Amino acid sequence: MKPADIGILIVDDEASVRDALCKWFQFDGYRVDTAEDANAALQKLQEKSWDIVLLDIKMPGMDGLELQKRVKQIDKNIITIIITAFGSVESSIQALKEGAFDYILKPVDPDDMSHLIRNAVEQRRLLCENIQLRQHIEDISFADEIVGESQQLNKVMDKVATVAPTDSTVMIRGESGTGKELIARAIHSNSNRRYFPIITINCGAYTEGLLESELFGHEKGAFTGALYRRRGKLEMADKGTIFLDEIGNIGMKMQMDLLRVIETRQFTRLGGDKVVNVDFRIICATNKDLENAVREGTFREDLYYRLNVFSIVLPPLRERKSDIALLARFFVKKYAQAMNKSVMDISPETLDVLLRYEWPGNVRELRNVIERAMVGAQGNLIELKDLSFPFPVAMKPVEENSLEEVEKSHIIKILDRTGGNIAQAAGILKISRLTLYNKIEKYGLKK
Amino acid sequence: MAYIYIVPIETSTEGWLEPLEHSVQSVFGVQAKCSRLPVDLGAVYDETRAQYNSSEILIQLIADPPADAVKILGVTDVDLFIPILTFVFGEAQLDGIGAVVSLHRLNNGFYGMPEDNRLLVERMLKESVHELGHTFGLLHCTHPGCVLNASTYVEDIDQKSVDMCPQCRAHVQARPDLPGGTPTQGFGSTVLK
Repeated sequence: MKPADIGILIVDDEASVRDALCKWFQFDGYRVDTAEDANAALQKLQEKSWDIVLLDIKMPGMDGLELQKRVKQIDKNIITIIITAFGSVESSIQALKEGAFDYILKPVDPDDMSHLIRNAVEQRRLLCENIQLRQHIEDISFADEIVGESQQLNKVMDKVATVAPTDSTVMIRGESGTGKELIARAIHSNSNRRYFPIITINCGAYTEGLLESELFGHEKGAFTGALYRRRGKLEMADKGTIFLDEIGNIGMKMQMDLLRVIETRQFTRLGGDKVVNVDFRIICATNKDLENAVREGTFREDLYYRLNVFSIVLPPLRERKSDIALLARFFVKKYAQAMNKSVMDISPETLDVLLRYEWPGNVRELRNVIERAMVGAQGNLIELKDLSFPFPVAMKPVEENSLEEVEKSHIIKILDRTGGNIAQAAGILKISRLTLYNKIEKYGLKK
Repeated sequence: MAYIYIVPIETSTEGWLEPLEHSVQSVFGVQAKCSRLPVDLGAVYDETRAQYNSSEILIQLIADPPADAVKILGVTDVDLFIPILTFVFGEAQLDGIGAVVSLHRLNNGFYGMPEDNRLLVERMLKESVHELGHTFGLLHCTHPGCVLNASTYVEDIDQKSVDMCPQCRAHVQARPDLPGGTPTQGFGSTVLK
């Protein structure tokens, strides 16, 4: 913030004090104005925005303490500084308790005055920066790559909205590439912990010993190569969220350690004996059949129940085909910008192929296919020749579909489009509601 | 011909007038003229504080300016204050005509140190150019060495040079109210050292 960006309002009934301060701050380049009493000050506070208000504690009419309350009602982030004479220090202390940044005892040393204003400006700058950052976090919530209008995705997002503000542990299930981490981030971004970090750890990427060190941290000398004390991911997630990806891949010892931490919110770093207290929310994700793992005895049942408090299941992309075109166009736009290309859309034939593909790698695979296609694309459209699939065998030509499959897929599509509205869907399909109900039952579709 | 008036107000310190006239001419390109203008210090004395109100001195200084005065700089030995502050080294009208500088707290003797007239004059020149700079519309400069850098301790004055930084100099040179003459640059270093 440049001095000219800082507005200082001086409120004092003594003209000589007002003028002297006004001049003093003008020489430093601040935007300055004065008011001779509380009413004039409130008027000026309504007309313009001010960053710092210096106010005399003793004024005829409304005094400085009362004026400070009014100022804070207008904008609680305005910095208030009390001007006081030697005899009214008690009132100044009261003002400090009520939110004043500091006070000036008249007359003040010029150097103290300069320091005070510099500190007040810095405080105001930090407050403004904090407000902007919070706003930025609000703005980017849900702005990730969660794209789609299908009924399945809407249900998932409804669940996210329901569970986000609570502090419940969430288990996200879904095939690889369905966007489990994005959902975890969406939950965190909409929780009360959003101004604190979300720390991700891929449990499947570490050996048990390394995972222990990553999660709990270690003290200096805990093992060969531990040259310094290191904070673990759990400590880093304090007041925020820890996202344990691939939770189904952790060994039995780690399962036991994790269970203890979840229950006590306490742990010790490797090689240490000091108990560390942490406050975090857990979101975990897996693409494994944990229930089966519990039955087979490879996953602790007590840990399973601790983690599976609120479950969100992400549908594979093949089950929300109506989102494929939206997602594909979203990625085209994204990579066109990143690669500085003029590609705007996807040709109808290409889109047809994308819709027929089974997408075993789900959204991640679709993203990669589009990214590769964008590299080779020449014109304004992604053409069929630009596509290359890692698993071409998964392509299912539409000619091989039976009439029933086509009918089922079409009904799903229309139900998606109408948000499950039977009457509307029946109208579009030009069949009666009863027929539609029968077909829904026949194909095992849920409303 | 227009002048920057230098007005001694009850000062017994010696050796500052000639360097100041030279500095004013060098920096602002305007000839300096020493003259006595009526200032009643008794009327601006605050008995409680045992100091003189600099704002009121300024009012007296510019009450009846000579026709050929571009700026008027008062120089005094007395201790100056403005109501909210414990003291000031000087005061000026931003973009105005008048400025005043006190030698009182520029003197080593005030701080219980051995007198040093050369240092006193050097500090006085810096403060005079600083205050006159304000009358030409200059605000405090963030450039550490610039004479327009704000000083709240006498040690701060010693840290800065007697020169303006290029931006401040350009600002002064572009002033339409600067009559004739082209200011020379780097005046102080040759005069003082």
